Amino acid sequence: MADQFNKGMARNIYYGGGVFFFLLLVGLTFDTMRALPDRDHRENITEEVAHGKEIWEKNNCIGCHTLMGEGAYFAPELANVYDRYGQGNEEAFHAFLQSWMAIQPLKTPGRRQMPQFNLTTEEVDSLAAFLIWTSRINDNDWPPNIQG
Amino acid sequence: MKFSSQMVAKPYFIFAMILFTGQLLFGAILGLQYVIGDFMFPYLPFNVARMVHTNLLLVWLLFGFMGAAYYLVPEESDTELHSPLLAKILFWIFAAAGVATILGYLFVPYARLTELTFNELWPTMGREFLEQPTITKLGIVVVALGFVYNIGMTVLKGRKTVINMVLMTGLIGLAVFFLFSFYNPSNLVLDKYFWWWTVHLWVEGVWELILGAILAFTLIKVTGVDREVIEKWLYVIIGMALISGLIGMGHHYFWIGPGVYWLWLGSIFSAIEPIPFFMMVVFAFKMVRERRHGHGNEIAVTWALGTAVMGFLGAGVWGFIHTLAPVNYFTHGTQLTAAHGHLSFFGAYVMIVLTIISYAMPIMRGRPQGNSLKAQKVERLAFWMMCLSMLGITLALTVAGAYQVALQRLPEDAEALSFMATQDKMMPIYWVRMAFGVIFVSGVLTYFTSFFIGGKLPEAVKLES
Repeated sequence: MADQFNKGMARNIYYGGGVFFFLLLVGLTFDTMRALPDRDHRENITEEVAHGKEIWEKNNCIGCHTLMGEGAYFAPELANVYDRYGQGNEEAFHAFLQSWMAIQPLKTPGRRQMPQFNLTTEEVDSLAAFLIWTSRINDNDWPPNIQG
Repeated sequence: MKFSSQMVAKPYFIFAMILFTGQLLFGAILGLQYVIGDFMFPYLPFNVARMVHTNLLLVWLLFGFMGAAYYLVPEESDTELHSPLLAKILFWIFAAAGVATILGYLFVPYARLTELTFNELWPTMGREFLEQPTITKLGIVVVALGFVYNIGMTVLKGRKTVINMVLMTGLIGLAVFFLFSFYNPSNLVLDKYFWWWTVHLWVEGVWELILGAILAFTLIKVTGVDREVIEKWLYVIIGMALISGLIGMGHHYFWIGPGVYWLWLGSIFSAIEPIPFFMMVVFAFKMVRERRHGHGNEIAVTWALGTAVMGFLGAGVWGFIHTLAPVNYFTHGTQLTAAHGHLSFFGAYVMIVLTIISYAMPIMRGRPQGNSLKAQKVERLAFWMMCLSMLGITLALTVAGAYQVALQRLPEDAEALSFMATQDKMMPIYWVRMAFGVIFVSGVLTYFTSFFIGGKLPEAVKLES
């Protein structure tokens, strides 16, 4: 690098740039925190939804599935599974998820298998409530289509 | 080696390589599960194998970073390590906690593990990469604090070089941002938002400082280029890494709840993220070209150049190809993400640890100018096997991802193929990935073999000028 560009200037880029952009990130985070309630509809996080998230975590669902595109890429996206299999009917989705969880694993030879998690009826209902709430988060219209 | 306390790095490096082997074993199992869906089911479900694969990577890289710090900080500070005993104790605590956690994953169903470790008291488990029981996370914090204290005290009593200061900022950042892993609210959006404060601010933030510091140290040692020149480069590279990477976090906020302006901020700033990696390539090659002295450990030089190039490809190029919001809308969460993940972690972080091991291990084994020429020749073969096969894995996954986007994401609702139907179509590409995976494992085994090859040791090289 040219001689007129000395180490002091380089140091200022590092410390100055680092601090400035970190503060900017903090500022943007405050702004996002103010905007989020309208986008995540947190008023609908019932005890059942919160319990559903605990079930989701306790069984490491993210180890195969994605949720809003994040997770493993081994099994289908589930942030829109309510749209895919519930067709806008919460009751139908609860019934679907109950039977779906009960018949695992499908045991088709050579096909990816979902383990049997032995969840109670109530636990599956909570999971369904969590996934329904998740499907309604304003996520800038992702995914592009129903298949996720 | 200038100080005897640098030797505490040795067990850290050796244990890192043991865990690396474990990571590869589980990587191979996962690759097979992609092509034979029910392979090892129900004894080792995919989610367990994946958790072991990613957590082993994380833990062994941390072992590698710690080893690197214990080796280079005393030499940079020009003083003995503050407490070699503390370093040894922390090694055993971290190793025991790591092994116990992995065994827990393997032999206890995950739901049971959450109960056994009282996750309900402070739920932090069941989130990608942060699957560790809360008690393990606390252990990591204790180890990190003890480690930062030990390194910090060493720097305080000795020379405060630029490399030391940059490494310290990186290590403190690593410890601080890990604290976000303890925040897990019921609101998934908040959970995800701050999950990235650990994950992104590590790999696209403070870890780049650690990477830069280790690379700069190695280059000073093997090229003899004036410290002033190298330090200036280091400042600019990591400065650019932070300037682009901090707001670049926005590329993770596109589709998980935060507002529309992140589409712009994330796209613009992450488009700049390749620049520091490109500068690293220019830097490494320029320093080697302008070297003041030769070094018998030629293969360490190769690793240093290699990590710059592969880091640029993996983090820079493969990051950029799917980081712009209009592209990411279709590629988010496909095999393209997996392609980028593999090449960037390998190029930037695996290879920087292998660089410092390649430089420091021979010295700790009493070979100041590197391993024997024969051993270096084998290590060079291993270098190319690993780099080329990882490129092969990445290219295969890139093709897989593009195909997945075409079948599953681009068409309208009625025509789009389901996830599982798409995966069936991608099967031949997953076999290609598996083949490259086998070459990669062979490359690593070749690398390990090179440690045990004797022969004539190289002598110090004088450059003709």
